[in-house]
Amino acid sequence: MLYRESGQFKTSYAADQQLFPILQDRAAVLALLAFALVGVPLVATDYWFTAILMPFLVFSLATLGLNILTGYAGQLSLGTAAFMAVGAVAAYNFQLRVPGIPILVSFMLGGLSAAAVGVLFGLPSLRIKGFYLAVATLAAQFFIPWLLVKVSWFSNHSASGVITAQPVVIAGFAFDTPVRKYLLVLVIVAVMALAAKNMVRSRVGRAWMAVRDMDVAASVIGIRIMQTKLIAFAVSSFYCGVAGALYAFAYLGSVEPDGFNLDLSFRILFMVIIGGVGSILGSFLGAAFITLLPILLEVILTDVTAMTGIALPPGFISMAQLVVFGALIIFFLIVEPHGLARLWQIGKEKLRLWPFPH
Amino acid sequence: MSMSTDEVHAHNPARRIGDTVLSVENISLAFGGVKALTDISFDVRAREIRAIIGPNGAGKSSMLNCINGVYRPQQGVIRLDGQSFRRMDPHKAASMGIARTFQNIALFKGMSVLDNIMTGRNLKMSSNLLLQALYVGPNRREELEHREKVEHIIDFLQIESVRKTPVGRLPYGVQKRVELGRALAAEPRLLLLDEPMAGMNMEEKQDMCRFILDVNDEFGTTIVLIEHDMGVVMDISDRVVVLDYGKKIGDGTPDEVRGNQAVIDAYLGVAH
Repeated sequence: MLYRESGQFKTSYAADQQLFPILQDRAAVLALLAFALVGVPLVATDYWFTAILMPFLVFSLATLGLNILTGYAGQLSLGTAAFMAVGAVAAYNFQLRVPGIPILVSFMLGGLSAAAVGVLFGLPSLRIKGFYLAVATLAAQFFIPWLLVKVSWFSNHSASGVITAQPVVIAGFAFDTPVRKYLLVLVIVAVMALAAKNMVRSRVGRAWMAVRDMDVAASVIGIRIMQTKLIAFAVSSFYCGVAGALYAFAYLGSVEPDGFNLDLSFRILFMVIIGGVGSILGSFLGAAFITLLPILLEVILTDVTAMTGIALPPGFISMAQLVVFGALIIFFLIVEPHGLARLWQIGKEKLRLWPFPH
Repeated sequence: MSMSTDEVHAHNPARRIGDTVLSVENISLAFGGVKALTDISFDVRAREIRAIIGPNGAGKSSMLNCINGVYRPQQGVIRLDGQSFRRMDPHKAASMGIARTFQNIALFKGMSVLDNIMTGRNLKMSSNLLLQALYVGPNRREELEHREKVEHIIDFLQIESVRKTPVGRLPYGVQKRVELGRALAAEPRLLLLDEPMAGMNMEEKQDMCRFILDVNDEFGTTIVLIEHDMGVVMDISDRVVVLDYGKKIGDGTPDEVRGNQAVIDAYLGVAH
């Protein structure tokens, strides 16, 4: 970095175990948070909020959820979007059917419902691993959206299962403009990211990683493998469920179960892989990257067309996106399986020594 | 090394060693048609260093795996602290104070040395998920308390300089030490060591011997040890079990075992 930790001596374990042990890191994170809370609302336009920042935050949360399960606990899942759907529909139904229930409680209950479903579909993980588990979670991905359409009670008997989220009002204050929604989502995501970081640096996080890295050794230490895996499924699905609720209530407004399809699950898995498997920071980097890339590509390609005068065939841009995504996934899997977060870390280590090579 | 072991044994082994804490009785284990262990019985007394030796494939690691419940023997009983177990369960074994290391290092590769050893204290920690997510009060205190305990182990094993390094990056000898540290973190009464010195050079072996003897001497930990280096085995163990093709062919003090004809035949081969 441009700064070093030299001179910052730790004299207690408490000082050494804090979230950001280096003073400059603490300052930087606080500054970033302050900017996101105050600076961004001052400068950003509505387009930024609705098209970029909101999907970024919502997908960050879902990526965080999947990263807990896949990155930390080592259980591959392709059911992320299904768990998001459960969160969205459950929050909608609690809001609809329980009079006077605060919206935040609905989000929470949406998350808990997703957690319960996640545990149910996590049960196969007790017996099967890797690809086979991915197939079992695929069952969730196909079954849940189907069920939500089939049983029209879930969408209050609307056509094709579309749910229209109720207005978000907390203690009489309506979160109705893009800025307000952004701030609400930002706060929720920040709090949940902090909680995730705390979990992964505590006993449960070490148990997840132990099960991921060497399950026999973990069981010999006295870690209950089944319990640990199911907790990972529950926590992960909780995060996905809340992300799904925010996706419906703050980002899109109305969603249909078929929108939570396998494509979305894969997108979130790509975010985990490109961002960094087993990294909280990576979840945000991955979500930012995949949310911004299409927009960036579109801008570049439009410029290219304008400059060269070559008319691109219709649909070229969306095709190009898929090609670039595919190429990037392969690139990351081969070159840097730990994703952007690892690149960031390597960069930091190099800069720490800079200008010396060793 | 030999001088230091003399010092330990000068503590009067007769007084050091207590009653039987673990006994395995008539253990038989088969994988399909392959008999890994046949009717093995032996006992381990409190505070002794008990070696299990034998040629490759003799069933030594399988024996340890039966003791802490990784394998389920088809026959036999394991008696620990007066309780009998037909089949042990890894969690039960850990909560009764059995810890172990593995022949091929089984560390958590993605985690730092500190986290690996902290994981060893898993059973001693109790705060719930919500407290852990908030990292407040009892959980924060607990993390700090256990960090201090873990730091004692790090000091003891002299791995201070690598405490925050991911274990995958460490050299082999140091990884073996970290694995011992993770086992010690559970404050075990019975420590099962599966070839703790395999693949080490002389100096690393001496260090490891020193650690094992210190653990045994200072904390009174009972140790069951599998090792191929006969010099080490004869030097540090109180009693030795010899296995060959899954059968017990010898049991006794190092001197008795050394003179046992069946043992000599198993190791040197015999004309049929």
